[in-house]
Amino acid sequence: MDLISDHISHRFGALEVLDDVSFTVRSGEVVAIVGPSGCGKSTLLSIMGGLLQPSSGRAEWRGAPPADSRNPLTFVFQDFALLPWCTVAENVEFPLLHADLSDAERCAVVDDALRRTSLSDFRSAYPKQLSGGMRQRVGIARALAVRPAILLMDEPLSALDSQTSELLMEDFIRLLADGSMGAVYVTHNLEEAVRIADRIVVLSRRPGRIREVVTIPLSRSERGDIHACEQLLALQSELWSLIREQAVEAEREVQHA
Amino acid sequence: MLDRAGDQAASPPGDIAAEARPVTFRGAGFAPKAGRYSGWIALVLVIGLWQLAGSAGWVNPLFLPPPSAIGLAIWKLAVSGALWNHVSASVVRIGSGWILGTIAGVVVGFAIGLSSLARGVGITFISALFPIPKIALLPLLILWLGIGEEPKIATIALGVFFSTAISVYSGVDAVPRNLIRMAQSFGVPFASIVRRVVWPGALPSILAGFRISASVALLLVVSAEMIGAQFGIGAFVLQAGNLMQTDQLLAGVVMLSLFGLAVGKLINLLETRLLHWR
Repeated sequence: MDLISDHISHRFGALEVLDDVSFTVRSGEVVAIVGPSGCGKSTLLSIMGGLLQPSSGRAEWRGAPPADSRNPLTFVFQDFALLPWCTVAENVEFPLLHADLSDAERCAVVDDALRRTSLSDFRSAYPKQLSGGMRQRVGIARALAVRPAILLMDEPLSALDSQTSELLMEDFIRLLADGSMGAVYVTHNLEEAVRIADRIVVLSRRPGRIREVVTIPLSRSERGDIHACEQLLALQSELWSLIREQAVEAEREVQHA
Repeated sequence: MLDRAGDQAASPPGDIAAEARPVTFRGAGFAPKAGRYSGWIALVLVIGLWQLAGSAGWVNPLFLPPPSAIGLAIWKLAVSGALWNHVSASVVRIGSGWILGTIAGVVVGFAIGLSSLARGVGITFISALFPIPKIALLPLLILWLGIGEEPKIATIALGVFFSTAISVYSGVDAVPRNLIRMAQSFGVPFASIVRRVVWPGALPSILAGFRISASVALLLVVSAEMIGAQFGIGAFVLQAGNLMQTDQLLAGVVMLSLFGLAVGKLINLLETRLLHWR
């Protein structure tokens, strides 16, 4: 299943946020979206996931989602968006409650998602009892439970400390390894983008336009190799040079706002 | 090269000639904690002092009867059955008015919290009518509903309705939008979002509103009973005051205080059971 951003533009009142953004996320592909602060990355993701209506253009998907997918486009949120009154297992079960599943089937799906995210021992814990990293794992388990075709990840690691981010990044790479799931990965962290994405869409500062699409010439499994580090650093540096000037301007704009 | 702990310990401090002084602790205060028994001890002390003042003749018992006299008055009222008559009349009025006002308040509050149309209309009306002292409407309600229980219950229900509606829609507004967006992103139906996200998310505010509306109900029942009732704690207190029976008057006040405490405890219990996740 492909996800297409078709000439999407968006404005909040008089503020023009996105301008004519078009690209396609192919089946099983991971596309990162990077750009200076306020360039409309998260807005674009919300539009692509159907949570926001664009001012013009449209988000569409082509091809059939996997037969067992209960929510082809599934978000993983920056702030986890867990229900604080529900346990870990109940949070994972939440999107399945209105699905046509028997209790036993639902239980099996929840168990599987908890096992895949190493949360089985924490099924009865409440979110307040968990660390940030564990909470995001619950968010990922909840997303996996509905068997998405494409994960829409809005800065999923930005609220976490660097060690936890590293561990979760390894989890993301493992989950996306078999290519059964694609992802749109919004981040301001170029290192994350370079590590996880097949392609990186670089947006200009507001109103966000596609400035460049960078293809990573290495497979994700190759990127763990010590010799790939230099190449990835060079890519990161190239991306930064694309963004830096506009990031500085965006920063000044924010300070003067 | 990495520094080793042992190396650091072995190395001399920067200025060995200077005298070492402990860093002054500056983080005390601004974290008040009530002692477990301090409240009860203070209460017993005040009552003891009050009793002493009455027994020693420092205070005229007509103006402030001692606690023992108030206790005796309560006992006599209980034995004669008058206490039950007054308390039960008030409890029925409060209960009926509170339940009616709460149901209406919760429905209207949720409507305002969830619907643009209801918000546009409802907030205007609530803003206009909320500040009116509801007891001022009692004569009008008597005119509409006749002399009986209905106008008193309606007065209480009105008072409870407004505070409940406000706390409910404030609670709905305070439900984190990211949770609603999360539910929408999974295609959860509207009714399920209301039941599983909005309702539990608004519950802390709704229960806080119950605490306020219970106080409003207590205030209004006393006022309404003072205006037109034969039985009820408000009527009893007014009657005792008119007859200068200050021990009975204060017995009524003690009953009101105990009633308020009981309601507070009940809401605490509800909060403990329903908001255990906080």
